[in-house]
Amino acid sequence: MADRHDEARPDESTHSEIKPGTRFTRRGFLKGAGAGAVTAAVAPAILVSEAGTAAAQETEGVMSATISLDVNGSTHNALVEARTTLADALRDRLEITGPKVVCDKGECGACTVELDGKLVFSCMTLAMDAQGRKIETVEGMADGDSLHPLQEAFVEKDALMCGFCTPGFLMSSKSLLDANDNPTPEEVREGLSGNICRCGTYPHVFEAVMSAAEKMRKGG
Amino acid sequence: MRNFSYVNATSIEQVPSLLGRSWDDAVVMAGGTDLVGEMKDYAAVPKRVVNLKSIEGLDYIRQDDAGLRIGALTTLTDVLENSAVSQELPVLHQAVSVIASPQIRNMATLAGNILQRPRCWYYRSEDFPCLKKGGARCYAVGGVNTYHAIFGSGPSYIVHPSDAAPALMALGATVHVHGPRGGDEVLMDDFFTMPEMNIRRENILRPNEIVTEISIPKPEANSKGMFLKVRERESIDFALVSLAAQMTVVNGTCERASLVLGGVAPIPWRAVEAEDYLRGRRITEARAESAAEAAVEDAAPMPHNGYKVEIAKNLVKQAVQALAS
Repeated sequence: MADRHDEARPDESTHSEIKPGTRFTRRGFLKGAGAGAVTAAVAPAILVSEAGTAAAQETEGVMSATISLDVNGSTHNALVEARTTLADALRDRLEITGPKVVCDKGECGACTVELDGKLVFSCMTLAMDAQGRKIETVEGMADGDSLHPLQEAFVEKDALMCGFCTPGFLMSSKSLLDANDNPTPEEVREGLSGNICRCGTYPHVFEAVMSAAEKMRKGG
Repeated sequence: MRNFSYVNATSIEQVPSLLGRSWDDAVVMAGGTDLVGEMKDYAAVPKRVVNLKSIEGLDYIRQDDAGLRIGALTTLTDVLENSAVSQELPVLHQAVSVIASPQIRNMATLAGNILQRPRCWYYRSEDFPCLKKGGARCYAVGGVNTYHAIFGSGPSYIVHPSDAAPALMALGATVHVHGPRGGDEVLMDDFFTMPEMNIRRENILRPNEIVTEISIPKPEANSKGMFLKVRERESIDFALVSLAAQMTVVNGTCERASLVLGGVAPIPWRAVEAEDYLRGRRITEARAESAAEAAVEDAAPMPHNGYKVEIAKNLVKQAVQALAS
């Protein structure tokens, strides 16, 4: 667990000052308080490969690099280390926090995103491997203010309790319905078998997916 | 996870020179689902990671008269969705269908699956400098060994975690290896190594060698296969015990049986005694039971894993009867 926090954040060189009238958010506060300390402690450890030249990089590799990520159709640049996972790059560098990091070892599904249309765990994907590929997160599901039919169905069927697993379940559900618009309950269970809900609201999730599938088939 | 330098390989030929003489120098990465976890647990702390996904043309499933050839970068999902695999190699199809979760199967490769490192909780914990990490003892001995080996006599009691490996071994597959001196082919039966031969690794690969392909011979006519897996959760779980079985049965008589157990030994474990017992015998319930007894004849369970012996027996009996009917 410690490793997520010992990563330096090269793009945050000073910690954010709290200005009068600033609207406090829990995330903003934690980030401001945490990032400063972390940056001060380990910033000198950041290494950009000394190799420098393209030829040397081909055989020596890089320890950090500025990469370009295509997330939900827009391009973002971020300086990441070789070890930075896609989940951490999305959340900590780009502030795209739909994908959640829970187990951080590819077992719970909360960090699920699509990479070139394939469902993956972003906590087990290196950020550098996601360059040049289309990344879809839960933030890309709604069309402006109108929710995706799956999102509507999750609300309607009460398919969440604490809600922390929901972004992952939505991504897996979307991927499932993109490939198969008329799944059997068994196929829904299999399609969502990489996501864990510790509140245990699986029956409502399955119901929501079946209901959204029906609506989408009717073009609703 | 300790940071490392990341290199994109561009050809198979280039890889040995990007790797080193020691596992601490450099490791290869394909799907990364095992390696990234190992690095997060500090069970692997490589200085350099060589990405193989950047090599073109290693992602294929080709069928010819001899059988199937599967490129090392082929994902488990691609294996699962391949019609030749599902129609002709049900044992492999069924094995891959119960590996991990859809997300992992989209990322992980078939070659990476057979090269997985142990899931032993002592091996994966930074707090236990076990034999496999160069330490002095196997903590499963005298520790909590619920998920450890019932076959083999140590000195490490890990189990091989792969579901695909027993299936490929049951099918008589061959692993294609590339190293500094070029290519080589090794039967799955000769690929894995017991701890007494090589305590740090589970197979014959050297630090500067990679797997490039797995080839599977066409099963003989009248041959049928199936894969059984018992796990604690119905999804995203490793096998407590698994069994890959491929049998040739003619008019109720077994001509040949290939039975490989998973989750019971440091390598996929061929149940040779059961195979020998079944050859030439007409299959009855009693004989399926005798085969099951033969399969666990050499089992030496640890204090907490005797239950695996019973599961292994049940799986052998079940598969032998199902494939004979």
